[in-house]
Amino acid sequence: MKNKILEAKKIVKYFHDPMTIKVLNDIEFSINQGEFISIIGRSGCGKSTLLYILSTMDTDYEGELIIDGVSMSGKKEGDLAKVRNEKIGFVFQFHYLLNEFNVLKNVMLPGLKLGKFSAKEVEHRAYEKLRMLGIENEALKLPNQLSGGQKQRVAIARSLINDPLIIMGDEPTGNLDKKNSEIVFDIFQQLAIEFNQSLLIVTHDNEFAAKTNRIIEMEDGKIIRM
Amino acid sequence: MSLSLTVSIAKSLLMARFKQTMVAAVGVTFSITMFIGLLSFMSGLNDLLDGLILNRTPHIRLYNEVQPSKIQPIDRFKEFSHSHNFVNSVKPKSSKVEIYNYGAIYQALKKDTRVLGISPKIACQVFYNVGASDLSGNINGIDVEAENKLFSFSEYVVAGNLIDLKNTSNSIILGKGVAEKMLANIGDVIQVTTSKGELVQLKVVGFFQSGLKDLDNVQSYASIETTQKLLGVSKSYITDIQIKLNDMTLAPAIAKEYREIFEVQALDIQTANSQFETGSFVRTLISYTVGITLLIVAGFGIYNILNMMIYDKMDSIAILKATGFSGKDVNRIFITIALSIGFIGGFFGLVFGFTMSALIDQIPFNTEALPTIKTYPINYNPNFYIIGGIFSLITTYFAGYFPSRKASKIDPVIIIRGK
Repeated sequence: MKNKILEAKKIVKYFHDPMTIKVLNDIEFSINQGEFISIIGRSGCGKSTLLYILSTMDTDYEGELIIDGVSMSGKKEGDLAKVRNEKIGFVFQFHYLLNEFNVLKNVMLPGLKLGKFSAKEVEHRAYEKLRMLGIENEALKLPNQLSGGQKQRVAIARSLINDPLIIMGDEPTGNLDKKNSEIVFDIFQQLAIEFNQSLLIVTHDNEFAAKTNRIIEMEDGKIIRM
Repeated sequence: MSLSLTVSIAKSLLMARFKQTMVAAVGVTFSITMFIGLLSFMSGLNDLLDGLILNRTPHIRLYNEVQPSKIQPIDRFKEFSHSHNFVNSVKPKSSKVEIYNYGAIYQALKKDTRVLGISPKIACQVFYNVGASDLSGNINGIDVEAENKLFSFSEYVVAGNLIDLKNTSNSIILGKGVAEKMLANIGDVIQVTTSKGELVQLKVVGFFQSGLKDLDNVQSYASIETTQKLLGVSKSYITDIQIKLNDMTLAPAIAKEYREIFEVQALDIQTANSQFETGSFVRTLISYTVGITLLIVAGFGIYNILNMMIYDKMDSIAILKATGFSGKDVNRIFITIALSIGFIGGFFGLVFGFTMSALIDQIPFNTEALPTIKTYPINYNPNFYIIGGIFSLITTYFAGYFPSRKASKIDPVIIIRGK
């Protein structure tokens, strides 16, 4: 039997502004170790909202979220930050690299925060991740000296630094051209196959989704296919 | 989160807005500099002004005063103890200003461990004879050595030698004002008329200048023996006993005690000079207020810059939070930024404040009234530096507190989804 790493139980979410709307309705599903899953659906169907709840950043919902066998209900902000730091790697549509730090330090930051390894080891690991993504030569450059595709790869390296349980992506290829999108997809694919990395990617790109192991399709706050 | 990581993130955020950071730090530096400069100067001035009076004032003065008796004969009648009585035209009984039993009192005071030193004095009214005219004045008979030890008398003797007053019989140290009026030089012999009408000749051995013009115009000093001769009284005649205590703050309590034991008038320094303490207090209060106001203004500068920085770095804060930095961590980063601005600004402020005080200390300040002062007075009290340092940190902490809290409350979802 495969290991359940994330479980959503009857998740309901309302938006209250300007008027109360139910955006997520009884979402219930689970993710196993090593699965490469994409969430698709039209704009406004609640897929990003769901992702932010699953990532523990949004805590204003009903229902229960279990990550690695531990319920996230009632956890404090600091504890949730720890969970994100240790267990979740995040890749956004925009790269969100810190321009004050070079590429290497950007990748290292979550690792330094975790404090599991010494600064030297974290640096070594960061180099490893950058090498894996083929951008180790850019390590000492500042983010604004890189191309869009390279920046996104740095962001992926950053998400990998603490060997997370799952990588979550919110339209990680949304800002990239076709060629770079393919590179990013190949990286995800490689992570899933070679390293048994679990991935949960929200995307608009049906072509991208088609190549993943499992597709969750949403409409009007409900899962209609999974 | 480790301190070094907090510091390294704070540092890079600071560097990203280096100019604004500099402006904020310079604001703190300026205010701390002014704070230190102002307080050192003000308090130097305070000490100077207080010193003018307080150094020369005994902590407790024992004396006799001609005054009406508090207990009138009628008060001693038991029959009238519950009645009111009215006595008109009460007059003081005839009494001398001499302190009775001086020898015993002196011995008792010597044994009191709270007493630092005792200096007896005789006050004596005279007329200085200058040609046809007489100038009124008074001569204080002093124990030269005790007076010098307790009240640094030699500092005010601007010409001649203090010790000659003791060694030369029938000698006098004239007030500067008196000497100018009499055109007297050191070595001259002047003539005074005592209150009993006798003419006495005295040799001038020095001049003294207190800085208080009114005093210098009438006051002169002679030894106790000379004064007793002038007055034609016995060796035990003393009108004042001046006492310095080890702890000045005890003066009122001890004065009260002596008043009861020795049955004399006892005036403590706090009662005699309360206006000086009030003046010093108000001046100190004003300096602190100005200094702290400057710091608070600098604090607003820091507040503004941090707010701008947070607005600017919203994305960075959001991603730090998304990758596992808690609100507390973000808060700590911005507090670190604020405190380092305060620390660096405050440090230079202290250095420049010291430099400024040292410069003021070099400015010549010559005035007739203050013979011992050559430059502007400065008080290098380390407490000002400690207070300034602590205050720079406290203000910057509070200036950073609200922006930091705002930063820590940033919801990463709103920022990231907003793009």
